Amino acid sequence: MIALGIFLVLVLLLVVFGLLFRIQILTAIFSGSSTREIGMSNRVNAILMIAFMVLGGGAFAYSFIDNYGKMNPPIASVHGFEMERLFWTTMIIIGIVFVLTHIALFVYSYKYQYKEDRRAYFFPHNNKIEIIWTVIPAIVMAGLVFAGWKEWTKITGPAPKDSVVVEVMGKQFNWLVRYPGRDLKLGVVNYRLIDATNEFGFDLSDKSGLDDFVAGEVHVPKGHPVLLKIRSRDVLHAVYMPHFRVQMYAVPGMPTKFWFTPTKTTDEMRAQLGNPKFNYELACNQICGRGHFAMKLNIVVDEPDDYVAWFAQQKSFSEQNPDVLASFKQKADKLVEKENASAAAAVITPATKASL
Amino acid sequence: MAANLPTQSQVQGGIGVTESHTKHDEHLHHDEHHDQHWLFKYVFSQDHKVIAKQFLITGIFWAIIGGTLSSLFRLQLGWPESTFEWLSPFLGKWIEAGKLNPEFYLALVTMHGTIMVFFVLTAGLSGTFSNFLIPLQVGARDMASGFMNMLSYWFFFISSIIMFASLFLETGPASAGWTIYPPLSALPQAIPGSGLGMTLWLVSMALFIVSQLLGGVNYITTVINLRTRGMSMSKLPLTIWAFFLTAILGLLSFPVLFSAALLLIFDRSFGTSFFLSDIYIAGQALNHQGGSPILFQHLFWFLGHPEVYIVIMPAMGMVSEILATNSRKPVFGYRAMIGSLLGISLLSFVVWAHHMFVTGMNPFLGSVFMFLTLIIAVPSAVKTFNWLATLWRGNIRFTTAMLFSIGFVSLFISGGLTGIILGNAAIDIQMHNTYFVVAHFHLVMGSAAFFGLFAGVYHWFPKMFGRMMDEKLGYIHFWLTFIGVYLVFMPMHYVGIAGFPRRYYAWTGFDSFSQFADLNKFISAAAIFAFVGQFIFIFNFFYSIFRGRRATENPWNSTTLEWTTPVVPGHGNWPGEIPAVYRWPYDYSKPGAAEDFIPQNVPYSKTQSSNLPYERDME
Repeated sequence: MIALGIFLVLVLLLVVFGLLFRIQILTAIFSGSSTREIGMSNRVNAILMIAFMVLGGGAFAYSFIDNYGKMNPPIASVHGFEMERLFWTTMIIIGIVFVLTHIALFVYSYKYQYKEDRRAYFFPHNNKIEIIWTVIPAIVMAGLVFAGWKEWTKITGPAPKDSVVVEVMGKQFNWLVRYPGRDLKLGVVNYRLIDATNEFGFDLSDKSGLDDFVAGEVHVPKGHPVLLKIRSRDVLHAVYMPHFRVQMYAVPGMPTKFWFTPTKTTDEMRAQLGNPKFNYELACNQICGRGHFAMKLNIVVDEPDDYVAWFAQQKSFSEQNPDVLASFKQKADKLVEKENASAAAAVITPATKASL
Repeated sequence: MAANLPTQSQVQGGIGVTESHTKHDEHLHHDEHHDQHWLFKYVFSQDHKVIAKQFLITGIFWAIIGGTLSSLFRLQLGWPESTFEWLSPFLGKWIEAGKLNPEFYLALVTMHGTIMVFFVLTAGLSGTFSNFLIPLQVGARDMASGFMNMLSYWFFFISSIIMFASLFLETGPASAGWTIYPPLSALPQAIPGSGLGMTLWLVSMALFIVSQLLGGVNYITTVINLRTRGMSMSKLPLTIWAFFLTAILGLLSFPVLFSAALLLIFDRSFGTSFFLSDIYIAGQALNHQGGSPILFQHLFWFLGHPEVYIVIMPAMGMVSEILATNSRKPVFGYRAMIGSLLGISLLSFVVWAHHMFVTGMNPFLGSVFMFLTLIIAVPSAVKTFNWLATLWRGNIRFTTAMLFSIGFVSLFISGGLTGIILGNAAIDIQMHNTYFVVAHFHLVMGSAAFFGLFAGVYHWFPKMFGRMMDEKLGYIHFWLTFIGVYLVFMPMHYVGIAGFPRRYYAWTGFDSFSQFADLNKFISAAAIFAFVGQFIFIFNFFYSIFRGRRATENPWNSTTLEWTTPVVPGHGNWPGEIPAVYRWPYDYSKPGAAEDFIPQNVPYSKTQSSNLPYERDME
């Protein structure tokens, strides 16, 4: 019933609008303004151009300054500061171009609005000007490319040898975290071994995986390079850590990586922001399905000592899941038997072959 | 009552344009079409002008659908805590206990992108104006192959029907984002939209590509072969140059999307592993091994990036034309404009991987693509400066088309500049897939291309329908849209700089992103406001087709050939002989000339007072 009412009101409004429109046309015809080639509206539009520039520019400047504080996520990694500088330098350059070109656009529109006694200036081209405004952007671009390239190669270059290694694996719809344990080597995993308990697909017949441990959140030490190894086990995800200026896709079948050096512990950042509930967050930034928007993982930056203490407390996956380990032992035993059997077969075959 | 409205303006005909019309003695083949069956005249027509209108009206239909979808997801983003029970009569089961289904949210985002990029801004924009203007402006009776041209529309039509039908599926339409990255798009276990919805998406896009190729081949052939006497490539209007290069881009890049779609179909239905590897999903390890999801991205963006130029270049061409006409000045640097179009076309093929800086692609490739990407800013800058120089010392008439063209330049600058940020691999690490990207491309290729489309419709409406659109409504439409677009997309940059990820159903789970609740509400309100404003245009458009003021042959005093045709050109375009062309298309306000424009078909011998020294030889 209400829907019908709304519908009727809309129709009525449409009819009223249509009628007003007709009346406006008729009055325009009677007043003769519809036959004038260029009327008052030309002037009104020219003035609106200037008004748009002044008011719009003002509103933009105001809202930009108003939101500036909220815009910049606090930085917590070494390369983040460099990146931030590059970003705002580029912003200033394009900001200048933005303002100048828009002033030209709107002021010209106003200044050169139609006047009956004026004729436009026939100015088809001018090579000198054109060369100038081709070369200048080219030089500016070259500068930006060079700065960006330098920064990019530094960020994506090989991680320092002594980096703390953490593996993050995306799945619908949460993140799993794995550490290499005391041997500092991540064990072999195989997606075919994944099940409800063995979510990583640990292949525990690989010795280096025996001391690997999984964690509910990422802990990393302050001031020490961290190498994130990134995997996905179903669809694409992306590791996005805005405070560290880190982003890298998680690709099924193709492990990726990203290294960074945290500069502030979680506690330091809490104190700096005056927000005791602050946490570094890792978000998924590649569409992955229903729960995409809620794929969050907390990251804790510890003082190096605290990190070492935390690391020492962790129990390895194999220790926590003895049944999984046992099943691998059984399989391994079976495998050994099989190998023995096939070895025996191998011994027999050439002999039989020879006899033929 | 309405019948006597138009008469006043009817009489003031095109001035000095009608030389070619006087030759009515020749009875040419096109007159035979007058007694055609209506079915072949209006539906299965081979007339490029009718096909153009079919593309335009289908495009408008799609734009309304695409806009409605965006209003729906903006509601969710603006008011994530509210319930939308009142939408359940329209959305049915997609409203669950008053809440929008998150998977349906992703479907909305996906379909909005697909519809806007392909069905509105590719088919609706380039399909409309390439079809309408190429034969008229190069001086041809029709496209090289009218039949193929007709097929091009009907393939698009079938593709539209399939895509539209997919909106109503039980499992929902495609939901993996408009870029349909596998594995998400390949596995129905991952998201229900990747079931039948995705199959229909792929079938629809395959037909769409067929339509594009049929059209593109025709555009290219027509421009190369069917130019009238004297119309050398260096006398072509910039519109034609833009359509021509757009068609070439499409012809070279759409087949690559086709191959990607085909391989994806194979992976989905026939158990191949082009894009899939090492997947454990829904409690099961899949047998696919050795494929690469990144390969798909390379194939997709090999089309995807030229695609944004396919969208924007026709708009650039039309804007150049409209700015020159209404500034009453030649477009500044005609050759530089062509050169920059060529540069953009060429470079557009070698920048695709800037969409993939953080996908795990080799960082060295990232450096190469960053370099190539930032180079493309140079021809874009040249174009912008040339447009500004065209306005300088002009004598500007603010027709609605002119307003939208100025709006286009503004949006192209605002959106284009942030491309310099995103093209920088080091900064893109932070900005990738955030609302900064969303704001960037919505300004530079979304809104700007839409403005080009509007400018084109307002400018060529008189030639399409023989009537004028209402200028006052046009002004209101322009200012509402121009303000609306900036209100939507400027604040979106702030949200993006803060790292707010795109395609998020809600951000409330993250402390980092939840500080912008009020700004999101503002953006949503502005978006819905701007969308509702478009109905002014739709009213104006359909009203004017039937009851608009009658147009004259050349209402804007323009120089190009389409304005030498009758008010409503029939099939064959010129009743007599096709006019020959003697001069470039931008002889506006030439010193010494009687009028402030000299049409292309006026020989130099008739304009001795205004000829420049080098033109004297051609008298």
